Amino acid sequence: MSLQAQPVEQAGPVGEPVISLRGISKNFGAVRALDAVDLDIFRGEVVAIVGDNGAGKSTLVKILAGVHPQDSGTISFEGRDVSIHSPAESRTLGLATVFQDLALCDNLDVVSNLFLGREMGGLTLDEEEMEKRSWELLQQLSAKIPSVRIAVASLSGGQRQTVAIARSLIGDPAVVILDEPTAALGVAQTAEVLNLIERLRERGLGVVLISHNMADVQAVADRVAVLRLGRNNGDFMVADVSYEDIIAAITGASDNAVTRRASAQAPGGRAGDAEPGGPPKVVEAAKDVGRTGTEHPDAGGADGRHSTEEGRQP
Amino acid sequence: MTNPIGPKAAAASGAPSGLATDRQDERLARDEGIGGAIASFRRRVAGGDLGSLPVVIGLVIIWAIFQILNPNFLSANNLVNLSLQCAATGTIAIGVVLVLLVAQIDLSIGSVSGLSAAILGVGITVAGWPIWLAIVVAVAVGLLIGLAYGLLFTKFGVPTFVITLAGLLAFLGLQLRVLGPNGSINLPYDSWIVQFAQAWFLPPWLAILLAAVAAAGMFLSDWLRARRRRAAGLSTGPVSLMVIKSTALLVVLVVAVAYLATDRGVGMMFLLFVVLVVVMNFFLVRTRWGRAVFAVGGNVEAARRAGIKVNRIYVSVLMLGTFFATIGGLLASARLTSASLSSGGGDTNLVAIAAAVIGGTSLFGGRGSAYSALLGILVIQSISNGLTLLNLDSSIRYMITGAVLLLAVIIDSLSRRSRASHGQA
Ligand SMILES: Nc1ncnc2c1ncn2[C@@H]1O[C@H](COP(=O)(O)OP(=O)(O)OP(=O)(O)O)[C@@H](O)[C@H]1O
Ligand SMILES: [Mg+2]
Repeated sequence: MSLQAQPVEQAGPVGEPVISLRGISKNFGAVRALDAVDLDIFRGEVVAIVGDNGAGKSTLVKILAGVHPQDSGTISFEGRDVSIHSPAESRTLGLATVFQDLALCDNLDVVSNLFLGREMGGLTLDEEEMEKRSWELLQQLSAKIPSVRIAVASLSGGQRQTVAIARSLIGDPAVVILDEPTAALGVAQTAEVLNLIERLRERGLGVVLISHNMADVQAVADRVAVLRLGRNNGDFMVADVSYEDIIAAITGASDNAVTRRASAQAPGGRAGDAEPGGPPKVVEAAKDVGRTGTEHPDAGGADGRHSTEEGRQP
Repeated sequence: MTNPIGPKAAAASGAPSGLATDRQDERLARDEGIGGAIASFRRRVAGGDLGSLPVVIGLVIIWAIFQILNPNFLSANNLVNLSLQCAATGTIAIGVVLVLLVAQIDLSIGSVSGLSAAILGVGITVAGWPIWLAIVVAVAVGLLIGLAYGLLFTKFGVPTFVITLAGLLAFLGLQLRVLGPNGSINLPYDSWIVQFAQAWFLPPWLAILLAAVAAAGMFLSDWLRARRRRAAGLSTGPVSLMVIKSTALLVVLVVAVAYLATDRGVGMMFLLFVVLVVVMNFFLVRTRWGRAVFAVGGNVEAARRAGIKVNRIYVSVLMLGTFFATIGGLLASARLTSASLSSGGGDTNLVAIAAAVIGGTSLFGGRGSAYSALLGILVIQSISNGLTLLNLDSSIRYMITGAVLLLAVIIDSLSRRSRASHGQA
C-alpha cells in the first residue's frame, strides 16, 4: 500500500467523507434489516463491510444504489444531504455498484450489458466504439471471455461476475461499491480484482468492498466496518486490528466455532481451508475480549475518522 | 467518458498479435471467409439459435403443399391477394411483437382495431369529417388507450393480461356504441383510403427501383459497419459475403416484384406494412430505446438498476401496441370498405398474437424481432388463403392454424431447451 502515491488533490480533504450515512434504518415487514447504521466513505480509501449472512450488508448497498430507499436516517454526499430514490440518481451522484446478484440481462450480449443505461452514440448506438471499449475494460480485468457478442447467459459464473465488475467502471464514478465481487472468481481473476481495487484507491476513488473472505479484506482494505444483525458492531483500521478481533465483532463473541477451530488447527494446520478466508497465522484465541462490538458502540463515529487519518501516516 | 483505472489500461489493451481485438481468445473457432461464415451459421443452428430458419422452412413447405393441391395457389393473382390479406393483421402483429418483447400481453388489440374502424366509418360518413381527421382521431384514441394501459400497469401493478382483458370487453362495447343502431357503415369506395387499400399498386419500374434501393441499402450499411469495425480494430466479415448477401436479396426481390407485376403488382398497403416492419426493426436494434425494450424483457430488475426508466419503456411499448392495432384496424376497414360490428372481431386477436409467436417472438420476453410479424402473418395467411382455395371452410382453417401455432410454440420451447443445453438460455 503505497500511501505516498496517493494524489492529495484528487483525494480531497482527507477528513471529509465523500459519503456519510447516519442512522440508516430499513425494515422489511417484521424484519429489521438495518438499525441506525452509520458509515463513512472517504476518497482514496477502501472500506470493507463485513458481517454474517443476513447482517444487512446487501441491504445497505441497495440503499446506496437507489434500489430501495431507507426508512429513516440521512445520506450526505460531499457534505450536502441527498436522497437517493432511483438507481439513476445514484449513478448521477457518482456511485457505481456491483450487486451480489450481478443484475445482468441474460438475453443481451456482453457489450449491451456493459453499457446498459449509458450507451454510446448519438441518435443510433455506436456499437463499434462500445465493443472496443468493452475489450479494453475486460482485458484490464484479465477477463477470460472469448467473445463479447455472445449472450451473457452463456458465460460462466466468474465471467458474469467480471462483466458486472467491468460495468461499474464505465462512466466516471466517485465511489465504487462491490458486493462480494470475488465470490465466484478464479485465482488470477481475484488477484486482478484486488489489484483493480488498489488502482481505484490510488486514483482517489472511494471503494466499498463487501466480502466474507478475510484474507481479501486484510489484503486491500484500509478500514473494516462490521455489521451484526443490522447494527454497527465495530469500525477498525485494518493496520491495527487482528483477525480474531474482526471475527469476534462479526459473530458477537470471542469464544465461538470460528476462533475455536482456528486455534485448534493453527499449529502447522491450514486454518484458511477450514473457514473461508481465515488466514493461517491465527494462533491464539481472541485475546482482547474488550474489542467486541457490544462494548464498542461508537466505533463508527468520530473516533473511526480520527483513526483513519492516523492510519494513513507512513 | 474517462477511465477510472488510468494509464495501465492502454498498456493492457495493446494487441499482442495481428489479430483483431475480438478474435484473440484462442478458444474461439476461427471462421475466415465465406466457408467460415457458413460454418459459423451451422454452429449457431446446431446450438439452438435457430433465428427465423424454422419459419422460413415452414413457409416453403406450406407453399409447396398448397401448390400441389391447387395450382392456382402460387399464381401471381393469388399472391397479390395474399399480400393484401397480410397487411392489416400483420400491422397489428408488429404491436404484439413489441408487447411480447417486454414480456407483457395485449389481448384487446382486436377490439381496439375494431374501435378505430368504427371511428373512421362514423367519422367520415355520419360526422362528415375529412378522412385525415378521422384517422387522427382514431390514432389519438388508440394512443390514449395504450397510455391508460401503461399507467394502470405501472402505477397499480395490475397485470396487463387482466387490464387488456377488461379493455377487450370495454372497447368492444365502445365500438358498438360508436357504430350506433345499424351496426354497419360502408366507406365510400372512391375515398382515397379505400383506393389506397384496394387499388393502389406500385408501377413495376418503381417496385424494381425500390428493390434495388433496398439491396443497395443493405450492402451500404454492411460495408459502412465493416469500415467502422476495422477502424476500431475489430474483425470484419469478407466483402464477398456482403456482395453475395445483397445480390441474393436483390435477385429475390426483383423476381418477386416482377412476378407480382404480371398481375396487379405490389400493393401500397403491403408496402406500408413492410416499411413499418423495417422501421420498427431499426428502432429495436439501433437505438437506446430498443436496447431498453430488450433489457426490460430479459430482466426488469437489472434494467431498473442500470438506470433505465422502466415505466417509460412499458408505457411506450403498450402505446405502440395499441397504435399498431389502430393502424391495422384502419387498413382492415379500408380493405373491406366497411366498418361493422365484426371489425376486429372473430379471430383478429388470436391471429395477430399467433403471427408474432409463429414468427419467432418468445412469449416470455426479451427475444424476437420485428420481422417475426412479417414472417408469422405470411404463414397464417398462406394457410388460410390456401384452404379457402381448396373450398375448405373456416372450421378446418381454425384447427389447422391452431396446430401450426402449437408447432411454433413447440419449436420455440425446443430451441430454448437446446439453447439451455448449449449454455445460451
Ligand atoms: N427484499 C427483501 N424482502 C424481505 N426481506 C429482505 C429483503 N432483502 C433483504 N431482506 C432481509 O434483510 C436481512 C438482511 O439481508 P441482506 O441481504 O442485507 O444480508 P447480507 O448481509 O447481504 O447477507 P449475505 O452475506 O448472505 O449476502 C435478511 O434477514 C433478509 O432476509
Ligand atoms: Mg449480501
